[in-house]
Amino acid sequence: MKGITRPRWWPWAVWLIVLAPGVLTVAALVSDFLLGTRWLGANPVKEGEHLLGSWTMKYLVATLAVTPIRRATGWNWLQRDRRTFGLAAFFYGLVHFLWYALVDIQLDGAQLAEDLTKRAYIIVGFAALLVMLPLAVTSTRSAVARLKRRWASLHRLVYVVPVLGIVHWWMSVKADVAEPALYSALFAVLLGWRWWQWRRETSGNAATPLF
Amino acid sequence: MLIRPAVPRDLRSSDITPESQYWTRREWLAAAGLTVGAIAGASALLARPAGAQQALGKPYGLQPDDKPTSWDDVTTYNNFYEFGTGKEDPAEQARGFKTRPWTVRVEGMVKKPGAYALEDFLKPSKVEDRIYRHRCVEAWSMVVPWRGIMLGDVLKRAEPAPGAKFVEFTTLYDPARMPGQRYPILRWPYTEGLRLDEAMHPLTLLVTGVYGRELPNQNGAPLRLIVPWKYGFKGIKSIVRIRLTDTQPATAWNVSAPDEYGFYSNVNPTVDHPRWSQAKERRIGEFLRRPTLMFNGYAEDVAAMYAGMDLRRNY
Repeated sequence: MKGITRPRWWPWAVWLIVLAPGVLTVAALVSDFLLGTRWLGANPVKEGEHLLGSWTMKYLVATLAVTPIRRATGWNWLQRDRRTFGLAAFFYGLVHFLWYALVDIQLDGAQLAEDLTKRAYIIVGFAALLVMLPLAVTSTRSAVARLKRRWASLHRLVYVVPVLGIVHWWMSVKADVAEPALYSALFAVLLGWRWWQWRRETSGNAATPLF
Repeated sequence: MLIRPAVPRDLRSSDITPESQYWTRREWLAAAGLTVGAIAGASALLARPAGAQQALGKPYGLQPDDKPTSWDDVTTYNNFYEFGTGKEDPAEQARGFKTRPWTVRVEGMVKKPGAYALEDFLKPSKVEDRIYRHRCVEAWSMVVPWRGIMLGDVLKRAEPAPGAKFVEFTTLYDPARMPGQRYPILRWPYTEGLRLDEAMHPLTLLVTGVYGRELPNQNGAPLRLIVPWKYGFKGIKSIVRIRLTDTQPATAWNVSAPDEYGFYSNVNPTVDHPRWSQAKERRIGEFLRRPTLMFNGYAEDVAAMYAGMDLRRNY
């Protein structure tokens, strides 16, 4: 299947998709506290924190969806956007963490230390961020060229991130697991598809390693 | 049985400024001297319910810097899973909920059990307006001007039998009217419980209103419990049954996650929720966090009931 060619507006759309939620969330927080608006409801700090975490997961879905969509539609030009979505996931994860540390607990050192050592869901979430860090750092063209085959192996770490993210989300809710359950299903499909592909490609050729 | 009456501390009602003057976030604007001030001020006036200007009630256990949380926040930021798990869901999904006719049953170990129409249930008791601090287990808090009757008054009238030790409360079970009950989020119907002395405490209210108005559906209409020294989820909403027993009743959140939500659930900054700290709280409408107080600031009134108890075990 050949598929359509890359629309001219597409790069702008990608930038809008990755920048707008973050910019709007921060603007809404400032507006709510300084202008008395209610964009983020009664508890803007928590709402913004949750929105940023949720966007991190959305960009992870987008990152992992690029390859299957490309295969299904032949829109190979999507490949270029995979890095953008991956970096967006990292930056939203980072801003989600910074929001928690600076805006939510307001640099309460004792609580930060306690959370990062005792609270399992925060440890797991922080681990997800740490796993994304080397991927973000090695996302440049020169890093890809320098690392050669090792780049692909390193970047398979991306499959660990949604697992950590989902565990973090699932552990942080009180009783309503609807959203984390939905994202679990999405990631199960996206990771399951890769496993199935790998099985198909390696049948009769057991030497090809997954990692 | 009855502990000495709770007296207001630190403040007289005349010290409390009406809610209309406490649009904390909007005050920033005035301070910043922005021109949009007039617009925001006008919207504040429009959003304010009629009657909010009147005295909001008698303050109980308020700290000097406690200001009533705005009507908008009190009525749009609710945990009421029977009407959705999002904070703004109940205001939306409970809109058409019919609370009349409503029957309340008082049963179990009482000499005078009965089923009452809500109006008859409330009629013999004195209705009071009281401003309480409200602390959610999720580490946010409000200051709310409730209207209600003392639970102890209702129980005394029902005449507890000698062996009665606990009170169990039950929410309406009607998935057709409470859509959240169609999903197994919690064990339905929601139940809560108090020790009899806690239930008889003069601070414990059965609430029928807020800000001098009838209780909005999303806040637990037509009848909810308020126990100001306990985490908010103890304040069971839309109550249809009050039952006295000699055994500790099962409570919805304790059944759901026994290691996280105990029977007592007293506000306690030194006993953390397993997943987060309870040392501080964010007051809705404020940016900076404030320290959480033992028994939510009602220690002088209630601490005696827990003398000698290990509050770490009895969380």
